[in-house]
Amino acid sequence: MADFFAMGGYATYVWVSYAVFFIVLALDAWAPRAQRKRVIAELRGRLKRRRAREEAPV
Amino acid sequence: MKPGSTRAACTALIKRDLILIWRRRGDAINPILFALIVVALFPLALGPEPEQLRHIATGVVFVAVLLAGLLALDTLFRSDYEDGSLEQLVLSPHPLSLLLGCKIAVHWFTTALPLLIAAPLLGELLHMDGPVRWVLTGALFLATPLLSLIGAVCVALTVGMRRSGMLLALLVLPLYVPVLIFGAGACNAAALGLPYLAPLLWLGAALVLALVLAPLACAAALRISLS
Amino acid sequence: MNTLVLWFHKLGSPPTFHRLAGALMPWFYGIAIALGVIGIYGGLVLAPRDYQQGDAYRIIFVHVPSAWMGMFAYFFMAANAFIALIWRIKLSEVMAMASAPAGATFTFITLVTGSLWGKPMWGTWWEWDARLTSELVLLFLYLGVIGLYHAIEDRRQAARAAGFLALIGTVNIPIVHFSVNWWNTLHQASTVRLLGPSKIDSSMLWPLLVMALATHLWFFGTLLARTRTGLLELDGGKDWVRALVLTDGTRAAPEATAITEQAHG
Repeated sequence: MADFFAMGGYATYVWVSYAVFFIVLALDAWAPRAQRKRVIAELRGRLKRRRAREEAPV
Repeated sequence: MKPGSTRAACTALIKRDLILIWRRRGDAINPILFALIVVALFPLALGPEPEQLRHIATGVVFVAVLLAGLLALDTLFRSDYEDGSLEQLVLSPHPLSLLLGCKIAVHWFTTALPLLIAAPLLGELLHMDGPVRWVLTGALFLATPLLSLIGAVCVALTVGMRRSGMLLALLVLPLYVPVLIFGAGACNAAALGLPYLAPLLWLGAALVLALVLAPLACAAALRISLS
Repeated sequence: MNTLVLWFHKLGSPPTFHRLAGALMPWFYGIAIALGVIGIYGGLVLAPRDYQQGDAYRIIFVHVPSAWMGMFAYFFMAANAFIALIWRIKLSEVMAMASAPAGATFTFITLVTGSLWGKPMWGTWWEWDARLTSELVLLFLYLGVIGLYHAIEDRRQAARAAGFLALIGTVNIPIVHFSVNWWNTLHQASTVRLLGPSKIDSSMLWPLLVMALATHLWFFGTLLARTRTGLLELDGGKDWVRALVLTDGTRAAPEATAITEQAHG
């Protein structure tokens, strides 16, 4: 097992590469989710403001 | 009202652009001044040894000319966009690509041609060898119109923006990479005494292609950003 | 109109696509992760040690699929930009712009893993090698497209302008590759070839292909996610978005039905 993690002396390079691959791709999937939440919150706020304006007595 | 002939429109446009530039003729030396400053920075940074300077001379002059052209690109459509004449051009019954081609030609003539004449002198500052200077002039003669044409397409895409400087550089520089490689490559080959004709021919072929395609692309880009 | 064209039009309508993409997205992500686990296991454990490069070659299983995806995403983006500019299909505009960040991500991974591979093999983090250089130019092209897209206020105009830039870039990529190759032969002798000319053992090849498939699916997963968000932004004022915005959240479900009834009645 230790042999496997040592990667024949190249452990740093191999494991850092895989870490970069996974972390960056995870961020790549997380970014659109976060943006979607932001967009929905913004749209909901806009909708609420409009309704408040429409329902307000003139 | 019947519109005039396309030829008349082109002549009028060229005349107008030349007059506008003549009225602000002080600006015309700005690109040369910029290139001169950039070139002057290198001996200050690297030390005055002629051998070392000769080694990097072609690359430095080429990059200085390229950056000076990049800074001058912004003026291509800026004033026309601000006073509304650019929209008139787009609305005119004449082929837009032809009119833009005239504009780009005038722009090249007034910003790049002075640089082209100054380039051998800039080379002299860096102790460039005599024969290499001629290859440099030839390479720049083919490369600068190519840079203007490619740059014009990108400027057309950013025309409506207020602060486009950094973005324009980001759009343009990847497209400039091949021109730089072949242009500076020809000069370096000449400096090493190797045959330099092939990269110059490639530049020429690219220039012919860009002369035909770039005005069309520029017109399409302008229509997108003015829509 | 025949059924195929009808189906195509229906798929291209934002509400239908939004719903369908939402249903497909977990599948893309799920299968991508499953394949990724298999591919990584095959690459790190099952594949034998390379006789020349030792275990360092195992970076190939993340590096090469990312490089392929960087190119694939660019051509996918350019194809969508082409469709968007010619036929003015809104969905294609959004998809083209959705593939740009994903493509830039993969290109970035390629550059980082490439230099992590270069350090033990070449002895330097960065070599002005033909492939690394053209990969760098590709990243700049992506950043240019993304930058232009975010610099223009109007979303549809921004997508068209950035799509046009992507198309110009398509012409540029082969020229850059060719010129960089030429420049490379002028300046230095050939560097160490990382991957021999298609002489790769099948025990190393299958994890590579599985990883390539996994990254493709992952790309399409994020593409669908970004396209959904883009459609919401673009159609912000439409009824279907209003209804969705009010139901999708944690509360206000009854309100939302009231709104839709109002909108239809």
